Amino acid sequence: MTKTRASGRTVGGLRTLSLQAPAVTLLLLWMIVPLGMTLWFSFQYYNLLMPGMTGFAGLENYEYLLTDPALWKSMGNTLLLVGWVLAITVVGGTLLAVLFQQDFAGRGIARVLAISPFFVMPTVSALVWKNMMMHPSNGVLAWLAESFGLPAVDWFSSLPLTSIVIIVAWQWLPFALLILLTAMQSLDEDQVEAARMDGAGPVAIFFFITLPHLRRAISVVVMIEMIFLLTIFAEIFVTTSGGPGLATTNLAYLIYIRALLDFDVGTASAGGVIAIILANIVAIFLVRMVAKNLED
Amino acid sequence: MATLQLHNITKRFGDTEVIKGINLEVNDREFVVFVGPSGCGKSTLMRMIAGLESATDGDILINGQRINDVGPADRGLAMVFQSYALYPHMTVEGNMGFSMRLAGVPKEERRAKVLEAAKILQLEPLLDRKPKALSGGQRQRVAIGRAIVRNPSIFLFDEPLSNLDAALRVQMRIELARLHDELDATMIYVTHDQIEAMTMADKIVVLHDGVVEQVGSPMALYHHPCNRFVAGFIGSPKMNFLPVTLTGVAPGGVGVRLPGGGERSIPVDGTHLEESATLELGVRPEHLVLDEQGPLSGEIKVLERLGGQTSLYVQMNDELITIMADGDVAYRVNDTVHFGFAPERAHLFGADGLALPSLQQHPLAGLTRHDNRGPGAPSEEPA
Ligand SMILES: Nc1ncnc2c1ncn2[C@@H]1O[C@H](COP(=O)(O)OP(=O)(O)OP(=O)(O)O)[C@@H](O)[C@H]1O
Ligand SMILES: [Mg+2]
Repeated sequence: MTKTRASGRTVGGLRTLSLQAPAVTLLLLWMIVPLGMTLWFSFQYYNLLMPGMTGFAGLENYEYLLTDPALWKSMGNTLLLVGWVLAITVVGGTLLAVLFQQDFAGRGIARVLAISPFFVMPTVSALVWKNMMMHPSNGVLAWLAESFGLPAVDWFSSLPLTSIVIIVAWQWLPFALLILLTAMQSLDEDQVEAARMDGAGPVAIFFFITLPHLRRAISVVVMIEMIFLLTIFAEIFVTTSGGPGLATTNLAYLIYIRALLDFDVGTASAGGVIAIILANIVAIFLVRMVAKNLED
Repeated sequence: MATLQLHNITKRFGDTEVIKGINLEVNDREFVVFVGPSGCGKSTLMRMIAGLESATDGDILINGQRINDVGPADRGLAMVFQSYALYPHMTVEGNMGFSMRLAGVPKEERRAKVLEAAKILQLEPLLDRKPKALSGGQRQRVAIGRAIVRNPSIFLFDEPLSNLDAALRVQMRIELARLHDELDATMIYVTHDQIEAMTMADKIVVLHDGVVEQVGSPMALYHHPCNRFVAGFIGSPKMNFLPVTLTGVAPGGVGVRLPGGGERSIPVDGTHLEESATLELGVRPEHLVLDEQGPLSGEIKVLERLGGQTSLYVQMNDELITIMADGDVAYRVNDTVHFGFAPERAHLFGADGLALPSLQQHPLAGLTRHDNRGPGAPSEEPA
């Protein structure tokens, strides 16, 4: 028997460790170096506008940040953004999945069209929404409102966070749809028929059969979307730039403001560390929930 | 109290006609079994009765009422699926009580009914389990329990035992037969399994390519198949067919010349036969007897010893003939055997595949499962 200890394993006479090493090293550096540097900078005075002021800052960066109302505002915005987009995409995705599971003419094309927004770059889709859909004078929504005799809405100044939520939800709805539609297809047709024989109508079938069946897929959607939605940046950058005021500034955008607009690398790093902690707290709850769902 | 009638039922999927005009009568408390080769339309027919599939044409009547346009839940039927189709996220109790829950039955009443059904099926200790934690046989019982609590007028079973192992199948078969007696319900049962069909049915419906080939009691189908298809389909191993030539028709039977040269008179009605008719003789493997003086002979190609019985596969001209012989026969492969048969055990089929009617009814041909009970046994549950 050959030894199967990972480090000493041989395949075809080659020691595998030497082959794995580059990849492992690269991944490790990729993760450890930025993390280490962020941590390091977060304890330093490091402002590009004040080159003379350097050295160990202790917890001053954190103190400055944690007492800054912008942090709490942006944290709230992050959670609102994530929460609303998740709600819209999961509910919408489930309903659309049920819809697209029905037989109708042109279903294949409709499915492709419904999924296509996912393949548009975030910057591009945000620009399209900004200039063609939500623009107060040229936008489709304004035109629609006017044709009904309603006043046009200046989306990005009167409903800034809502606008961002709409744009991001539009991008992520197809993802939820794709996953849930795939899950729908594994629903045992016999179960649906048994439920029909038991007297279940379409609504009862949805709540008692379809939804429980989709539970796992929904938790996967929630987990994956959460990871990406916590770091939404491009959509905010090209539309509202975090404004008006701090209305659409999330954590990622706040870090950007501190680091690249205020040139305060130290505070920005502290913000980064806080974002990491927040993401981990969310992830712990999430992984627990998903793991529990995947178990049974 | 439930009867079912099908009048000229047809079913088309697009251009293909799957069910081609079926007429059938199911009496109250009857156990009817649909058999037929794969793809002949058994499931489709059952699904139309259940209301899961609409009939393209024809009428379905329950207790004389046309129910073509009644939804599956309102026909008063319950179906047991081959895949069990249990709801995986509900407990056994939830599964069995689901129909009542949808109907808004109060919780206590629901529980009482579920318990009652669970008792019949010995499911009481399992009520809080999810289907995943059950064995195949237990799942099957839950599926049956789900049907029982609905108190249907007709039970529909689509190959309910085919996912079980042989021993469990025997046990469930007996249990189902007991259930039929206990519930006094009308049951329709689809199966591939000869033994299930023969042992459980009051009436067997043989389907082939979307048409009914024959309807009758198991013994009637076995002893008096109306055509070559039914003759070959019912009975295991399959009936042997031999080409024979007509030598003469007499009031007492039809004379034929066997492949080996011998002649026999088969007691069937040949009054409508033409002079030069080509005929086929059918004899079941269990009715062929080894006999040194027998008119037929051939070389043994394969020999299967089952202990109590031995199957001999004998090459005779172009045919491979199966003989069920005693377990102790001393023959070996390549030996030549002589064999014969009792003329009243043989069947004759015309060129059109139809059987010539026997002159004498087999004494057991009218028997149903219920007649197997001795005269002393009570015919109903004691009050
Ligand atoms: N939805 C459908 N669309 C088209 N053809 C179908 C459909 N359902 C069944 N068929 C066809 O109808 C025929 C009968 O099918 P059915 O399921 O009733 O057969 P079966 O007798 O139950 O066979 P088995 O014993 O294998 O279960 C088959 O040829 C099948 O291909
Ligand atoms: Mg079938």
